[in-house]
Amino acid sequence: MSATTDETMTVVASRELDDYSVCFVGIGMPSTAANLAKKMHAPHAVLIYESGTIGAKPTKPPLSIGDGELAETADSVVSVPEIFSYWLQAGRVDVGFLGAAQLDKFGNINTTVVGNYDNPKVRLPGAGGAPEIAASAKETFLILRQSKRAFVEKIDFRTSVGHGDGPGHRAKLGMRGAGPSVIITDIGVLRPEPETGEFILTALHPGRTIKEAKDATGWDLRISPNLTFTEAPTEHELLNLRLLEGATS
Amino acid sequence: MSEFLPLSAAIVNSVHDGDCVALEGFTHLIPYAAGHEIIRQQRKNLTLVRMTPDVLYDQMIGAGSASKLIFSWGGNPGVGSLHRFREAIEQGWPRALEIEEHSHAGMAARYVAGASGLPFGVLRGYAGTDLPKHTSTIANIECPFTGEILTAVPALKPDVGIIHAQQADQHGNIGFWGIQGVQKEAVLSASRNIVTVEEIVDKLDSRTSVTIPSWAINSISVVPNGAHPSYAHGYYERDNVFYTDWEKISHDRAHFLEWIDAHIMQTKDFSEHLSMVNTEATQSRHRSETVHA
Repeated sequence: MSATTDETMTVVASRELDDYSVCFVGIGMPSTAANLAKKMHAPHAVLIYESGTIGAKPTKPPLSIGDGELAETADSVVSVPEIFSYWLQAGRVDVGFLGAAQLDKFGNINTTVVGNYDNPKVRLPGAGGAPEIAASAKETFLILRQSKRAFVEKIDFRTSVGHGDGPGHRAKLGMRGAGPSVIITDIGVLRPEPETGEFILTALHPGRTIKEAKDATGWDLRISPNLTFTEAPTEHELLNLRLLEGATS
Repeated sequence: MSEFLPLSAAIVNSVHDGDCVALEGFTHLIPYAAGHEIIRQQRKNLTLVRMTPDVLYDQMIGAGSASKLIFSWGGNPGVGSLHRFREAIEQGWPRALEIEEHSHAGMAARYVAGASGLPFGVLRGYAGTDLPKHTSTIANIECPFTGEILTAVPALKPDVGIIHAQQADQHGNIGFWGIQGVQKEAVLSASRNIVTVEEIVDKLDSRTSVTIPSWAINSISVVPNGAHPSYAHGYYERDNVFYTDWEKISHDRAHFLEWIDAHIMQTKDFSEHLSMVNTEATQSRHRSETVHA
């Protein structure tokens, strides 16, 4: 079995989630990756969706964050004010797992507009739960396909804060969580350099090249001196991913 | 004390041009029937409030019911953009739409403050984001006890709060279960409220996780399947095909207006719209079977 680029991205992302961690999951690829992790190496991971479902165990990736199956399989279903205050804001979430439309080299993300806010070229859905997830989760994982349109020098709107303007900025803003620790793309993996807070390429997926990564990045992407290759998705991982995704249709 | 009314009468009584109206539902129990009735009665200049404006608000915005939207996430969940919402913001069609944009945590805090009779809610939110530059209803506040800087957001106090629940009992208490969203807060923060329900029962289901007593409810209307194409836990599932089809229906203005006219303006009530949807779904299944045969 050979994996598509999206499948590789999802499988590599799923490996980031530790067993027993409490993960606040965004819809789409984050949800698929988190559910795959639960099937593979992290059966005790707790998945929280912003619709108020805590400990959801869906058998298929939900189409929306409020699908009935999330409530049916959850340990607890609470109101939206409660999920954001008692559970997220109070610091009970280990990992926020998010997607984005645009991000910059500090992992700040935009899901609001392309172009000018008052006269936008493209109006995107907006913030949703992301600003507070990005602020309050102990760390965040970002997953999105790498392209010059998405990985930009300057995002058009700062919807959610990553490492802000660089080291120390989050602390100055009073944020409790450490911010984004990894960006998983269809080309490889980026992690922040501790001294600068800037995301650099730390791993490539099998068969991908540094040139591809640089060409798909709007800032001058730096390469880790310890660059590695990710392990290709195993048959077992792919089978489980396809079972999960097959269940959606 | 709550009163049982036909939905059309409840909307006539409670929703007026220029009102601030919150129709809440977080994917689950979205009060579609009530929203359609507001379009059918051609209410104008509404300020619509909702955390997650989705297809229902796309319909209301495209039909010209709203002049302002207070929200935190506008999209067709799992499908993509809301074309009517986008065109209103990007091109001012069918009319300019003022927006007041928040995050989910901020909207939740605003509803809780409204339901609690407080002037504002407090949260750790929005820090470092661009939202406060564009939204005047976000401000810093210093904690009087610790000196910590937090964020204040004003209470939401809609004129009308509208939700859909699974059940009402004979006394007019309403109950729902499954994903609860901010429906309780939407009802209790509003000056008036309307609840549509699937049915009236002798005793609320034992799964009921939220009960709002009769004396806190103004009017109840029985509308079976009134949350379609969203779902009512224990009654019917989400019609994901409709959400996917909405992408095509809403993509261009003419097609959208035709749909609104046929499904809302030319129907007498929600049940007539639902039977049209069923007929269309059957026809489309037949067509695809013929194509594949």
